[in-house]
This record gives sequence, structure tokens and C-alpha cells, in this order.
Amino acid sequence: MSRLLPLLAFIALAILLFVGVRMNSGKDNSAIPSPLIGRPAPALDLPVLATPQQSIALEQLKGRAFVLNVWGSWCVSCRVEHPVITEMAQSGILVVGYNYKDTGEDALRWLGQYGNPFALIVQDLDGTAALDWGIYGAPETFVVDAKGIVRFKHIGPLTPEIVETSIRPIMQEPP
Amino acid sequence: MNRIRLALVFSIALLCCGRAAAMEPVDYRSDAEEQRFRALAAELRCVMCQNQSIADSNAPIAHDLRTEVLRLMREGRNDAQIKQYLVERYTDFVLYEPPMKKSTWLLWAGPFLMLLIGAGAVITVIRRKNAAPAAAPDEKEEW
Repeated sequence: MSRLLPLLAFIALAILLFVGVRMNSGKDNSAIPSPLIGRPAPALDLPVLATPQQSIALEQLKGRAFVLNVWGSWCVSCRVEHPVITEMAQSGILVVGYNYKDTGEDALRWLGQYGNPFALIVQDLDGTAALDWGIYGAPETFVVDAKGIVRFKHIGPLTPEIVETSIRPIMQEPP
Repeated sequence: MNRIRLALVFSIALLCCGRAAAMEPVDYRSDAEEQRFRALAAELRCVMCQNQSIADSNAPIAHDLRTEVLRLMREGRNDAQIKQYLVERYTDFVLYEPPMKKSTWLLWAGPFLMLLIGAGAVITVIRRKNAAPAAAPDEKEEW
């Protein structure tokens, strides 16, 4: 028995490590889960891109479910997810753009080049307002339901699968 | 020998510079404020680059968070309130010392549990040896 003990200890340790690795494989550990899920969307009052003298508060959207997509012309992955955003917008989902740490000029040029899928774009030049949303990069995507509750957040480029499994069901809920 | 010592001094000096480089110069209102800010920034984890504090990181978001921390300090919030403010937005992830709660008790107690298990094993082995000191060495026993 005492001869077997080290072997047993080794096997136990191996199982522990294996389970640990399995639990974390395929998960993006760098993505921070949003503490906002299930809570009312933070207030937001930002200038509108292209017409910065006009500003918009998200409360004006209350009663409608929308997707908030954080992007910037400097962001390479935003270009990757751009076709997905475009298709989502064309299928009738209200997509609000959150232009993050960009210049108005660059943002407009980017939209001119790739197309503008956003129904509305707010501009956060220095990224201060973004802290309230827990935004720390781009692309990030939030889903806010008709009651103004944050329901979903995705960090990194969107894929058609994420749109179908996580975003569309929330958008289709009856108000 | 002297050369090695010199190299050592230089590398240590370099280490110090590396730590300070991420922080942009700030006009602190007092030495106390600077010390408090530096201590707080070193305890907060950068959300972009997981292995650095917001004091060490060059990431733009770390810069934003430093600015925010200083702003909150000047608003008169205490350290606990500032941490709470960041946790509300970025979860416990921003704390280098996670709080004690249900999901983290194993994390906190783990090392002590391991120590207890180890101590238990050592005591058992010693007791067994003491219980049979006169036993003839078993030649088949290899360890």
C-alpha cells in the first residue's frame, strides 16, 4: 500500500491539473465578464458623430432594444466584424455605434470606405464616458433590451453565430 | 569582480526605471497625495494587460484609469470607495487582492490547506518511524 501511495498522489494531482486545464480551454480568459449584465444601462450623454454640436442621451432610445457597438477607425478587429455588423443592421436590428478614442475625421473616412451600418453614432473622444460602461477596448458589443437593461456583452469581434445565438433572441423579445 | 558588481548595479537601476516609466508626470498637490496615488495604482490591475498594475502598464486604458483614480481621490473618496467604483465597472478582476467570498475561499485557504496536508504527512511518517525503530531494514524496500 505504501508503495502505491506516491503513484496515487501523482494520479490525483494529474486529475486535478487535467480538470483545471479542461475547465479553461477554449475560453477567452482575458475577457472580463461585464458586471452590468442584468442592470440598467449606465447613462450616456455624448455628441453625435458628424454633428458634434448635437448630443444624444441613450434615454431617448428607451423603449427600444438596441445593440451598442464600440469601434474605432484605428481598430483592426472592427474591420473584421464590420460585415457581421452590417448584416445584423440590415436584418432590422437597431445598431448604435460608439466611436471610441477616434477623431471625427478618421471615423467618417472609415465609414465612407467600408459603409455605415449604424443608425446612430455617438462619439467618445477621450474615452472617459467609456469607463462607466466598463469598456476597455474595441470592438466590444452590448445588447440593451427595451426596458433599458444590459443583457449581453461580447468582447472582441462579433461572429454570425454570436448574433444568432445571443443577440437576436433578445432583440426579438416582445417589449 | 568590479565589473560584475557594476553590471549588477546598472541592472538594478534599470529595473527601477522600468517601473516608473509607465506613469506620466503628474502635478501632485502634495507628497502625501503622490504616495497615496502610487500605492493605490500599484494595487489595481490593468484590465488590458493582466500581469501589470495600472501603475506599470503603458496601455491607453491604464492611463485612463489612472486619471480616473486621481480624479476620484481629489473628489475626496477614500481608497475603499475608489476600489468599489472600479469593481462596479470592471469586476473583481481589477483588484490584485480578490475579496474573501464564497467563490474565493478556496483561493485564500488553499495554501494553508496544503500546508496542513503536508504537515499531516510529515507527522505520520515520523510517528511510524519512531514506532518501529528496531525493525530490521527490509531489503526489498527501496524507499
